[in-house]
Amino acid sequence: MFPSAFEYYAPKTLDEVYGLLAQYGDEAKILAGGQSLLPMMKLRLAAPSVLIDIGSLGHLSSATETAEGLSMGALMRHKTIETSHWPHYPLLRETAPWIADPLVRNRGTIGGSLAHADPAADWGAALLALGASVQIESRDRIRHMALEEFFVDLYTTALEPQEVLTRIVIPVPATAATFARYLKLERKVGDFAVVGVAITVSLAIDGTVAQAGIGMAAMSGVPFAAHQTESLLVGRQLTPALIKEVSESASQEGDPESDRRGSAEYKRSMARVFVERGLSQILQQWESTQSA
Amino acid sequence: MESRKEDARRMVSVTINGEMRQGLAEPRTLLAYFIRETLGLTGTHVGCDTTSCGACTVLFDGEPVKSCTVLAVQADQHQIDTVEGLETDNVLHPLQQAFWDNHGLQCGFCTPGMLMTSVALLQKNPHPTESEIRHGISGNLCRCTGYVNIVKAITDASHKMQKEPAEV
Amino acid sequence: MAIEATETRPLGKAIKRKEDPRLVRGQGRYLDDIVLPGMLYMALARSPYAHARIKEIRLDQAYQVPGVKAILTGADLEKMNLSWMPTLAGDRQMVLATGKVLFQYQEVAAVVAESRAAAEDAVQLIEIDYEPLAPVVDPYAALKADAPLLREDRDQKDNHIFHWEVGDRKATDDALASSPVVVKEFIRMPRVHPAPVEPCGCIADYQKATGKLTWYVTSQAPHAHRTVLALVSGLPEHMIHVISPDIGGGFGNKVPVYPGYVCSVVMSLQLGRPVKWVETRTENIATTNFARDYHMTAEIGATQEGIVTALKVATIADHGAFDAAADPSKFPAGLFSIVTGSYDFPVAFAEVDGVYTNKAPGGVAYRCSFRVTEASYLIERVMNTLALKLNLDPAEIRRRNFIRPEQFPYQSPLGWTYDSGNYDATLNEALKLVDYEQLRKQQAERRAGGELVGIGISTFTEIVGAGPSNTFDILGIKMFDSCEIRIHPTGKAIARLGTRHQGQGHETTFAQVIADELGMTAADVLIEEGDTDTAPYGLGTYASRSTPTAGGAAALAARRIRQKAIQIAAHLLEVSPDDVEWNGEKFAAKGLESRAVGMSEVALAAYTNLPEGMEPGLEATYYYDPPNLTFPNGAYVAMVAIDRGTGEVKVERFVAVDDCGTVINPMVVDGQVHGGLTEGFGIAFMQEIAYDEDGNNLAPNFMEYLVPTAVEAPHWETGRTVTPSPHHPIGAKGVGESPNVGSPAAFVNAVVDALSPYGVTNVEIPLFPWKVWNVLKELGLTQ
Ligand SMILES: Cc1cc2nc3c(=O)[nH]c(=O)nc-3n(C[C@H](O)[C@H](O)[C@H](O)COP(=O)(O)OP(=O)(O)OC[C@H]3O[C@@H](n4cnc5c(N)ncnc54)[C@H](O)[C@@H]3O)c2cc1C
Ligand code: FES
Ligand code: FES
Repeated sequence: MFPSAFEYYAPKTLDEVYGLLAQYGDEAKILAGGQSLLPMMKLRLAAPSVLIDIGSLGHLSSATETAEGLSMGALMRHKTIETSHWPHYPLLRETAPWIADPLVRNRGTIGGSLAHADPAADWGAALLALGASVQIESRDRIRHMALEEFFVDLYTTALEPQEVLTRIVIPVPATAATFARYLKLERKVGDFAVVGVAITVSLAIDGTVAQAGIGMAAMSGVPFAAHQTESLLVGRQLTPALIKEVSESASQEGDPESDRRGSAEYKRSMARVFVERGLSQILQQWESTQSA
Repeated sequence: MESRKEDARRMVSVTINGEMRQGLAEPRTLLAYFIRETLGLTGTHVGCDTTSCGACTVLFDGEPVKSCTVLAVQADQHQIDTVEGLETDNVLHPLQQAFWDNHGLQCGFCTPGMLMTSVALLQKNPHPTESEIRHGISGNLCRCTGYVNIVKAITDASHKMQKEPAEV
Repeated sequence: MAIEATETRPLGKAIKRKEDPRLVRGQGRYLDDIVLPGMLYMALARSPYAHARIKEIRLDQAYQVPGVKAILTGADLEKMNLSWMPTLAGDRQMVLATGKVLFQYQEVAAVVAESRAAAEDAVQLIEIDYEPLAPVVDPYAALKADAPLLREDRDQKDNHIFHWEVGDRKATDDALASSPVVVKEFIRMPRVHPAPVEPCGCIADYQKATGKLTWYVTSQAPHAHRTVLALVSGLPEHMIHVISPDIGGGFGNKVPVYPGYVCSVVMSLQLGRPVKWVETRTENIATTNFARDYHMTAEIGATQEGIVTALKVATIADHGAFDAAADPSKFPAGLFSIVTGSYDFPVAFAEVDGVYTNKAPGGVAYRCSFRVTEASYLIERVMNTLALKLNLDPAEIRRRNFIRPEQFPYQSPLGWTYDSGNYDATLNEALKLVDYEQLRKQQAERRAGGELVGIGISTFTEIVGAGPSNTFDILGIKMFDSCEIRIHPTGKAIARLGTRHQGQGHETTFAQVIADELGMTAADVLIEEGDTDTAPYGLGTYASRSTPTAGGAAALAARRIRQKAIQIAAHLLEVSPDDVEWNGEKFAAKGLESRAVGMSEVALAAYTNLPEGMEPGLEATYYYDPPNLTFPNGAYVAMVAIDRGTGEVKVERFVAVDDCGTVINPMVVDGQVHGGLTEGFGIAFMQEIAYDEDGNNLAPNFMEYLVPTAVEAPHWETGRTVTPSPHHPIGAKGVGESPNVGSPAAFVNAVVDALSPYGVTNVEIPLFPWKVWNVLKELGLTQ
């Protein structure tokens, strides 16, 4: 219940962060919301000897929206995103309430979630669906990288020890008619996804799919985007028949493991059901906006 | 295991329930234990080791958080509110009163955390629906009440607070 | 809305709880809130293996940690003859492992240090070499002839603990053989844990100067713990003072004595300083007593009309590494023989075989009166199978077999005498509340539309209030309970009982019982429990026994006070005692209604103005040995819908009608029911301690051992019938556990009902979505 001892720093600038990272290297860990790192330290599954609390880097806690897209600071808390209004990016608000519980959402950050790279995490799936990229900074350079490349393996990212994840950038969707759903099977509130499916669809005036994103949680060793399925959607009219076709396709992507939360077969089936349900809801929503 | 630096304790100052308090804390001291053991406010409880139960819920700069998953040093210069601060001038907070009136507690172990979550919930949403309440308190486990009377108590308090707006 | 405690004639009223003002202020005093001068902290080193020989323990590194005061191992305890302790079930349990470990997380060494953190740091630095042995996880495998022997300490060289049977085997076999209809079902109740939000802990405070040990402990049974401690430690019992402070939920978890308790006592004795040990949640779930783990096979014989003819039950009970069950001594399978339930079986036979495995020891009665949950679950599930077989409505099969009101006191074929009940009335009330006919109609319509909707019924009978001294004891101590009342000169009172509440509301409900007997208000009666130096001896609070036992003692002690009071009243009224009448609130002179005195006048007189020759004071103690147990019953109806896509089950309605006899406080009773139903829901749908084949605990914390939040917990609808117990002083039967005992079967029966058109008669709990989905898949019902 008590972490091993460590030294604690709360730098005020990124430069100080870089200095500390240079000094302590592998021994140091960045502390953001602490909602993944501290639980592991309490159970002594992690025992860094230095913690660098980046909570004081105020400029990383806000978002800026431009014509090109939405740039979110890595320190934005789940709760802030849940209660923000970004009409172009409905998936963010759809996803946030599914993460953990309200208390954890008050602390946990979007950057921490991505850097932790839990394959069942909800932001991973959602941001992949949104085609997001990340901005990574170190003393020497600023890198931008597609989120897909950022996730390397189970709990492993492309972050190097000297680097900080600073921003998440979501490109503006192809059309204003963007709809989204996040569907998650959890065994109870506060449970990680048995399967999570993030869907965002931008429709052209005539109802054809201009852009589609489907991200999945707990369906593979890393969060992943179901590109094959996305491509089946693009350029076509959203119809029940198409929905059926793509949901079959979605269930074939990914590589889920059988475990206490269900067999691989079950998880594939859930992916299919969720894609079908999510897209059907979106279709309905679209139809109701049309008739209105 | 490599040897750790000794006595890395530092002074932590918090405004807790409106009062400035200070105490020494190792960096690894969790806020929950700082509040309980250093500041002597034992209303904040600890019921798990995986950030699951919410018995330790306090307001951190007005937001309810699990104080077992925040370091005491992170609270330095911040504002903390605990169950001990809810009562004003010997008058129970409407939520405390409502929990009492509606049998919203049994063993009482989850109650302080439940109350702090509810206080924040009603601040943000003065007229929550049953479903909003249930989702709002879903980070707080109760093993005794089955939540029925907790939901009832929060609803009751929301009605009463509407009539006579209260502090906190 | 609840009523203030200053209400007169409080019995049966929804009096606001007297314990709440301190608890809502965060001013409860729970174990971990207590800090003593010079207090040290203890932490335990635990085995990573389920079965392994300990080769070597090296402590030198651990001793290097600043602040470490002492480290204790099994070898140290062996020298004191304390490396093993007796369990309440007559087995013994290792305090700190010697030789080998028998379950994952087993206690191997104890570190005491100046801070918790230092103790934990040192625990991490204890080096233990293990030689892993083949683990035995499955109880059936444990019984095989070639299974590795787990308990080398026993004379008996296999993994079988006990065989227990009750009833008439031959008559039952014969009846089954000649029954036109026989159904058989294998029903498993998996391993679960009570997991109250407050974990277990203690502070042992031995004062060398006085020779007295004060032991603060999260105990549901402080007096029994004092005696056990005296027996184990050799300390004289009057020099042990047990204080059980406010308890953050127990549900049976805080009945046994745990190794951590013993170690902290030993350490305090050695160091002469207070030693606190508070377990973590992981330690709580992984090592302190689990419940259930019963693997049951039942056969019911019946006529074509569905009249039951016989019940036969065989059970394998997995107790883990030590039989640490907390059952009354003569009942190794608890009160499992209530398994004939609410039904009039002419003959029955039940047998239980206890088995050792490499899992945590137990099992405790989790919100249950000793294996009653297992029994109720079994009979309510198999009656459902019988209904399916005969194509009868589940309400109808029950009606045809209920013990009828005129049969009480009813002698069950497995040896119990049921006190009272009106099972038809309870069932009818539930069916009325839920509008059963309408519900069935809705079900038919929704089924026609392709939905999987089910309705489940459970009409259980509990057996609580252990118990009468001719049958019930724990380690030889009879299971009576007690109450001592003192009336102060100003007419206020303090009452102390041998029980220890953990949220049940005794400070209010027992005050109501006493106040009602004495014409006082609940506000005037202070209830105190949990301090063995002041409270009279009693066996504690579990198994829904407090109201049946201590509640009876409270009423009878109050009546004893009234006997003396009437003499004093006569003196004050200047009439003869024969001419004094108790009118429920006051003592009145017969025929002269206006001349009356209340308890406050009498109390004052008891200290100031006594009749000639009368002993001063006004107090009484009653040790109540109940003549029988009480038999609460209930009828529950659940309606569920299954998501064909995900396998998720949604509980759409749940009506619970309970009959707990006389109701002391309806608000408290409803609260107990809500809580019990929610735990029953958890057991049916998500709570399970699973192990892998190496004996690793797969659910040792709240991330994997899933307990319901407010979002999953269904909305409960409650109702009541009242059939008082004829033998209890106020007719009360106890209610804390009924809902947990009765509800799991209702949920599962509902799920089975939804799937029964496809031939399903049984599904295994907990009903995780994937499990239900697998069934759907097999039946070709998935979306
Ligand atoms: C009870 C519980 C339930 C949960 N349920 C869910 C759930 O259902 N779905 C879900 O998605 N998540 C869940 N979480 C995890 C939660 O979302 C965490 O908030 C999140 O995973 C981590 O964010 P954080 O800010 O708390 O990161 P921290 O815990 O502070 O850090 C996590 C890791 O990321 C590193 N890191 C953090 N920020 C940066 C950065 N900017 N640059 C480089 N490295 C960085 C840290 O060094 C650390 O290794 C749950 C957590 C808890 C305690
Ligand atoms: S103690 Fe359980 S969440 Fe903090
Ligand atoms: S009242 Fe006991 S845990 Fe909530």
